[in-house]
Amino acid sequence: MRAFRYERPSDRAGAIALVAGAPDAVFLGAGTNLVDLMKLEVATPELLVDVHRLTSDQIEGLPDGGLRIGAAVRNTDLAADLTIRRRYPMLSQAILSGASGQLRNVATVGGNLLQRTRCVYFQDLTTPCNKRQPKSGCSALDGHQRDAAIFGASEQCVATHPSDMAVALAALDAVVRTEGPKGERAIPLTELHRLPGTQPERDSVLEHGELITAVDLPRLDFAANSHYRKVRDRASYAFALVSVAAALDVVDGTVRQARIALGGVAHKPWRAYEAERELEGAPATEASFRAAAEAELEGARPLPGNAFKVALARNTMVRVLSNLTEGQR
Amino acid sequence: MDVEISLRVDGLEHRVLVDTRTTLLDALRERLGVTSAKKGCDHGQCGACTVLVDGRRLNSCLALAVAHDGAEIVTAAGLEATPADGLHPLQRAFIEHDAFQCGYCTPGQIVSAVGMLQEAAAGVPSVVSRDLDGEVVLDDEEIRERMSGNLCRCAAYVNIVTAIAEVAR
Repeated sequence: MRAFRYERPSDRAGAIALVAGAPDAVFLGAGTNLVDLMKLEVATPELLVDVHRLTSDQIEGLPDGGLRIGAAVRNTDLAADLTIRRRYPMLSQAILSGASGQLRNVATVGGNLLQRTRCVYFQDLTTPCNKRQPKSGCSALDGHQRDAAIFGASEQCVATHPSDMAVALAALDAVVRTEGPKGERAIPLTELHRLPGTQPERDSVLEHGELITAVDLPRLDFAANSHYRKVRDRASYAFALVSVAAALDVVDGTVRQARIALGGVAHKPWRAYEAERELEGAPATEASFRAAAEAELEGARPLPGNAFKVALARNTMVRVLSNLTEGQR
Repeated sequence: MDVEISLRVDGLEHRVLVDTRTTLLDALRERLGVTSAKKGCDHGQCGACTVLVDGRRLNSCLALAVAHDGAEIVTAAGLEATPADGLHPLQRAFIEHDAFQCGYCTPGQIVSAVGMLQEAAAGVPSVVSRDLDGEVVLDDEEIRERMSGNLCRCAAYVNIVTAIAEVAR
């Protein structure tokens, strides 16, 4: 690990100024991903600004019936929160599908959103990777593609975003609140992460020195009927090959509304807008779910090594939606 | 950059000067001579370094010591012992059920199990919980899922689950 300075300022403005003022400074939350990447020297910051006591670790109600989740809320605490479990079960399930008990106990909401890809080449300094070192090339294009994206990839990067939590938050239309050198802003979660394009080194739209302070969950009554399902190579403690977060509103056998997002398939949590449109007003049958999944997957551009993800994503979507329908009969 | 921090480890107060790069695990093992927590993968994947920090289990290899100034740490060597045999009930159960071979992962397994049982008692669900909102019933499937952050290269898993299940009852 390279040497670095450590600062723990007493307020957010001070923390933001410290990071904004130094190009090689980064915020430190729990550090479960950052410290790992620093050991690998994939990340080589010169200054760590500890913010884990500078944002809220509470979940509060909002006037419109939604919830505000502080950026420092630990993953375990968010998943175990009774209101989240009852009103947004897929969010609890998504978090509990990720990492291990030890990691969830410390990992924060803000850090979870900003964790880096687990693409093997990104973590291996001996191989080219455009995300780690711009213009060095993408080793996955001729290499290991099992974990790679099937949606929205570019010739420069086929990495996937590793978060489970973010997939559920994308389906729930969550809004990320930030504070930075230019003030505060609110970013829809579906717009927080970028597609790689020609700048794969940039994971998100956040500016240098911009700090996530909270995530707002809008009220969504039918999210009480929601589920997260993760398909992976091991039964536990592995990243998703494909995951599906879905909430379904079925009345008299007809889908009124659906919210669906996929994980493990793109550089960002992939909101399945095509599938949602297809389902609106359709009978809540397995045939409809299959048609909706196929409509979404028309846009998939798999690589030779991950073509299986198209069928896997389709089947997982059909299974999750079917199970949610049974729950409503 | 060196920083002086204080840590309370297994009931004893320490003040120690650490380089900012020092993990909690290295501070315990290399600076304070507390070798109960083990270094396996050093990347948060194996769980051999698991300790309780302020009552919660975590991977001490991914925690920077400098960010834990003032923390209360409990390792497997500092778990509350039963007066009769000087062992924590989980330590006794691991011995009785032969829940290890080489023993390298064992302190991490036991501390992790202590933390896991507290989480379950507090009602924290897992991804295999039948009812997300219901009472936690620690059957073998639940124990395996909740302990998936602790690897055992001797594959003593069957007996580890049995030992933990006995204490969970």
